[in-house]
Amino acid sequence: MTRGRSWWRTIALTLGAIVFLFPFYYMIVGSLQATPDTSLSGALPRPDNLSLDNYREINAAIGLWRSLLNSVIVTAGVVVGTLVFGVLAGYALAQLRYRGRGTLFAAMLLLQVIPFQLLVIPLYVQVVRGYGLADSYLGMILPFVINSVAVFVFRQFFLQLPVELFEAARLDGASEIRVLRSVALPLVRPALLTATLLTFIGPWNEFLWPFLITKETGMQPLAVALANYMSTVASAASNPYGAILAGACVLAAPAVLLFIAFQRHFVSSDLGSGVKG
Amino acid sequence: MTASILGRHPVGLLLSAPYAVYIAAVFAYPLGMAVWISFHDYIFTAPGVSVPRPFVGTDNYTTALADPAVRQSFVNILIFLVINVPLTVVLSLLLATALNAAIPFRTFFRVGFYVPYVTASVAVVGVWLFLFSSDGLVNQVLGDLAPDPSWLINEKWAMPSIALFVTWKQLGFFILLYLAALQNVPSELYESAAVDGAGRWRSFRAVTIPGVRPATTLVTLLAIITGANLFTEPYLLTNGGGPSGRSASPVLLMYQRGIEQQHPDVAAAIGVLLVAGVLLLAGAQRLLERSRE
Repeated sequence: MTRGRSWWRTIALTLGAIVFLFPFYYMIVGSLQATPDTSLSGALPRPDNLSLDNYREINAAIGLWRSLLNSVIVTAGVVVGTLVFGVLAGYALAQLRYRGRGTLFAAMLLLQVIPFQLLVIPLYVQVVRGYGLADSYLGMILPFVINSVAVFVFRQFFLQLPVELFEAARLDGASEIRVLRSVALPLVRPALLTATLLTFIGPWNEFLWPFLITKETGMQPLAVALANYMSTVASAASNPYGAILAGACVLAAPAVLLFIAFQRHFVSSDLGSGVKG
Repeated sequence: MTASILGRHPVGLLLSAPYAVYIAAVFAYPLGMAVWISFHDYIFTAPGVSVPRPFVGTDNYTTALADPAVRQSFVNILIFLVINVPLTVVLSLLLATALNAAIPFRTFFRVGFYVPYVTASVAVVGVWLFLFSSDGLVNQVLGDLAPDPSWLINEKWAMPSIALFVTWKQLGFFILLYLAALQNVPSELYESAAVDGAGRWRSFRAVTIPGVRPATTLVTLLAIITGANLFTEPYLLTNGGGPSGRSASPVLLMYQRGIEQQHPDVAAAIGVLLVAGVLLLAGAQRLLERSRE
């Protein structure tokens, strides 16, 4: 076709990439500045203004390792819960015929339009006042323990597999549990990584819920600890922006690196099923 | 094979039971309870303590709506949606269309676009505070054009700044949705448009836009729901919905009234009003779609 056809593409994409990525570049540069430099030239790292002091400062203020560990535990709890119970539900919804299946699927679609924030007050009453789970990992994990989008991904995945595959195993006399273990689970492996990626960013990035139910600083995930530092402590620090940006880099890095490393498993075809379905 | 009263594969009930219990406990029950609380005089109590919680009709709704801060927060979220939703739809369709071709560095662009989406709001809020502060980089570049007071502490600019931030943050996800939808537009349609002598802009309008209409509906709906959930950004970016409540969101008010000031009943009423508003918008959008068909 004609040449010069894609000039607008290149311009749009390049502009987009700059707008999307510059703040991340600036986050890293700012986190390494010994004294904050907001001038234009400050956007380029200057060797005489580089230091790791900001990382030391934020670590001393909020205990980076402890809050990272809290984030890891909460996220791991949600990912494990989603993978175990989500695969089971996804398989049942896609391949089994039983009473209540339609209702469950309808409920699953319906809850996508309920803003989680509406549920925050009753959940707070239930979890904190009712079960006394404030300042606990279980309390932070519970509302997110099965990610519905991941269940949806599993369901779509199992739908693509031919029913005959499972029927054949059943005709061979395999029990339903056996069919699940020897046929379904080995096949679902490619979807596991996609679902893990999707699930990971929820609890790792979540702020409101853990913020509400943790008062003890030793239990706070990194997002909450950093936010508290931003809204209260930062004004007293010598280079508040630097320390905030250092904390932001530590919070952002795991999610960003995971998605870059496994980008092949997070493509539109996985989500496409959601648009069509 | 015998079909029992439980269906052909009763084991399905067992396998989906944990998920069903989860939906019931974390969505259905709290949803019902939120509505119940909003019609009663409700206070927080220690576990096991029972206090009278009399039915008070629509008192909590009256209290919520009589509160100027609450009214302001609903105006704010409308301003937010008016900026955020159209911008999200236009920009994500544009960038998805640009990405939908064999171009160099395609993976780089695709990944680059969703990096903000996968990053914690708390983290990116940090760098936006730095960029948009009074003597931050953005104002340095703008020079005399910079608003005074600066973006996030300016009554006029605080909410639009948040709307821009959320657009930027969520766009990558919506680009992926549109990319998926673009795969379903038959290429023959583009070919016949080209045969008819349609230019690129004409074929974008005549083929692409109608072809991705279901995705547009979904993107609009999800953008409205995300917007209605706004909390972290006004809490951190504008220091609790400031200046003078001009960037407070209904969810922020729910937090302030419900948890900070211990009026969960009024907070629940704000939540129910918010969801009613979202449903109304979603319904209006459906009607609009239908009238177009």
